[in-house]
Amino acid sequence: MTGEQRPTTETTRRQLISDLASGRLSRRDFMMRAAALGLSASAIGAFLAACGGGATATTGTGSGASTAPSTAPSTGASTAPSTGASTAPSTGASAAPSAAATRAATASTAPGSATAGTGAGATATRAGTATATARSSGGAYQYTLQSPPPVPNAAQAKQYSGAKLTYYADATGIGNQLDVALAQKFTQDTGIAVNVVGKPASATETYSTYQRFFQAQSADVDVMMIDVIWPAAFAPNLLDLNAKLGDQAKKAIPSIITNNTVDGKLVGFPFFGDFGMLYYRKDLLQKYSVAVPKTWDELDAAAKKIVEGEKGSNPNLQGFVFQGNAYEGLTCNALEWIASSGGGSLLDGKNVTFNNPQAIAILNKAKGWVGTSAPKGVTSYQEDETAQAFTGGNAVFVRNWPYMYQLAQEAAATKDKFDVAPLPVTGTNPPVGTVGGWQLGVSKYSKAPDAAVEFVRYMTSEEISKFRAVNGTYVPLYQSVADDPDVQKNQPFLKNLSSVQRVVRPSNALGANYNQGSTIMFQAFNAILNGQDAQAQLQAAQGQLARLVR
Amino acid sequence: MSQSVQPAVSSGEQVANIRRGGMTSFDQSKTRLAWALLTPTLLLIAFIAIYPLLQTIYQSFTDARLASGVTPKFVGLRNYQDLAQDVTFRTSIWTTVKFTAITVVFEFFLGLIIALVINSNFKGRGLMRTAMLVPWAIPTVVSAQMWKWMYNDIYGPINDFLVRKVQILDSPVAFIAQPSTSLWAVAAVDIWKTTPFVALLLLAGLQVIPEDVYEAAEIDGANGWQRFVQITMPLLRPAILVTLIFRTLDALRVFDVIFVMFGSRPDTQTMSIYAQNNIVAFSDLGYGSAISVAIFAIIAVFVIAYVTFLKVEES
Repeated sequence: MTGEQRPTTETTRRQLISDLASGRLSRRDFMMRAAALGLSASAIGAFLAACGGGATATTGTGSGASTAPSTAPSTGASTAPSTGASTAPSTGASAAPSAAATRAATASTAPGSATAGTGAGATATRAGTATATARSSGGAYQYTLQSPPPVPNAAQAKQYSGAKLTYYADATGIGNQLDVALAQKFTQDTGIAVNVVGKPASATETYSTYQRFFQAQSADVDVMMIDVIWPAAFAPNLLDLNAKLGDQAKKAIPSIITNNTVDGKLVGFPFFGDFGMLYYRKDLLQKYSVAVPKTWDELDAAAKKIVEGEKGSNPNLQGFVFQGNAYEGLTCNALEWIASSGGGSLLDGKNVTFNNPQAIAILNKAKGWVGTSAPKGVTSYQEDETAQAFTGGNAVFVRNWPYMYQLAQEAAATKDKFDVAPLPVTGTNPPVGTVGGWQLGVSKYSKAPDAAVEFVRYMTSEEISKFRAVNGTYVPLYQSVADDPDVQKNQPFLKNLSSVQRVVRPSNALGANYNQGSTIMFQAFNAILNGQDAQAQLQAAQGQLARLVR
Repeated sequence: MSQSVQPAVSSGEQVANIRRGGMTSFDQSKTRLAWALLTPTLLLIAFIAIYPLLQTIYQSFTDARLASGVTPKFVGLRNYQDLAQDVTFRTSIWTTVKFTAITVVFEFFLGLIIALVINSNFKGRGLMRTAMLVPWAIPTVVSAQMWKWMYNDIYGPINDFLVRKVQILDSPVAFIAQPSTSLWAVAAVDIWKTTPFVALLLLAGLQVIPEDVYEAAEIDGANGWQRFVQITMPLLRPAILVTLIFRTLDALRVFDVIFVMFGSRPDTQTMSIYAQNNIVAFSDLGYGSAISVAIFAIIAVFVIAYVTFLKVEES
């Protein structure tokens, strides 16, 4: 208990910094990591504690009373100061820690001014926008951050009353607020205490944190958020949810359930989704009377035409920006290029299939974009740089995830000037989008597995899926929820993209070797974009991958 | 220890003690006290340095994987055989050596110039010494991210300056995206950040050179350049060697600045990044340990070379 204070302070700081941007952004946002790490470097001890995980907020009943004193300031901090939150992502990393410090000071001088649940209505700006949207839908949807939906499985879950769970969830922004509010509601209705702990801001760090837990067979974590590409790698350490949640799983989008099923075991239940989509500036397309591009060639031509025409007014304008750096994001982009050109989805079972004429053709085409319709620097861009280019008004077309919708809507340069369409294709192939997103899993080493499964049942139910979709921009993974009018009102892009085929990365075929396989692929794709011969690179990558899957 | 005492010994009893190969009781108790005082430190070093090293060497002979739930098997030299064939690792060694050569050379010469300037007497010297340390004081992760933005080809101030303000370039250059410039770009960041540290070490060396040596040289009619070559450089030699050892070893282990700016891009992947990638991202503890042991051996070669050089200098 004595160690409780440090992780709390540190996690709060991280939370504060990260609150400056949206929770969804921060997962991919390197800036966020830099800010968090930069701050941590000045307090190494606290950093180590944060790596292991610290208490963000304890929503316990009687049994959790001893941690209560630290709860108030930390929850208060996460929700109270809301000013200027949306301007922060564009300021420098060095500015972030000081801003965070100021906000920490504000929070600590007024502890308990707004705790989740008592609901002073003071949520972060990003959340504020989202809840405002929900409210403006005319009271059709009554559940807000302050009053989350009741627990439908409460009667069943009450038998595990008194159990204590630790849940690794979003550390930042609206995602964290939703998790804390829902956990509190769950505790209220069932008597099961849930300790919501913020996972590290970057997916890579979260991966290694879980790895350490599993390596030690630790019971310190019960329920955890799991990236869509991790189920196969973590399967030996996760509980099979089929017995208890198998029926519920039949209602979810089948491709995700397939993705989360490893050797017949359902190791993660779909929580929320992500997929790649094309953002475009509708004002510029209109000005040059260009139709929304359906094929990659149309996109290339439209981009060049608009950039040429705008040269006088904005010489910095770029035609098409995507994630071209050598990292996981490029695997997602390249999968979309190849799958939308009839080149398959990288691996077919254990067969490496990406070395085919269609894939070579589209990768050569993509190489041609670099330095013409796309900026030369695109081979070093991640989501962060892509979003900056678009929201700064410096890009006509951008490939990104749904989280950018809200960012672009808040930026002066793009507000009401953009729309979303399916990604282009080659010829007449159907449009595709790479699946991202998160699942909830239960650790095999949990001391309260039954209570943990009930918590997962609540968090992933249709009710909560809708609640999260309306109160945040989380893409639901139930078709019934995606079709819901309240949800479509808050996520207008869902309608435009209903025809998109969702393609999954070959994480199941590669299992524990997925990261290695993806690295081989994205390094090859990056080399191609940087001018190397597509055929030679794919040939070499195919050989390396074949050794990995055999 | 007994040797240093020997000349001072005069009584026959003590001489007899030494002849038996023993020490005086006073010496013995001093030795015991020394060992007693050193023991906690030695145990701590054994625990935090030697144990992990041995553990790493042991793991490099197994097929251990993180969080796999499978007990590791002993695989003999297989990891090392794979490593010998590994082109990526060879490339990463070469990248690391290039990075080390570029940064150490530039940091040394720039640091020397700055140290000489700051060592001279001028108004505001104290302020300059403090201001100089700002780049060194910023956490590497933060400064790397900052430079990544500054290098950006669309909204980065460096390109804006070169293209629009001074108009040296016709169009923006993607410094960190092109493999031809990426290593130089990240080396520049490291040089910017670490030169102050080099300057500080050299400045410490400069300040212990006595003033009267220069006065004597001046009286003898030596000009500024002669004083620098004949006096400053030879007397600065120990400080220079320490600085070079520090910087070379640091540069060979470089991780953070490159990891933040490039992730695991093949053209800038250093030995440390490759090892970290294998252990953390690929969960391949066995192979990653073999890489770590190889890095340890490579750095040891540099250390031995430097230390040998130092010894030659001394004698």
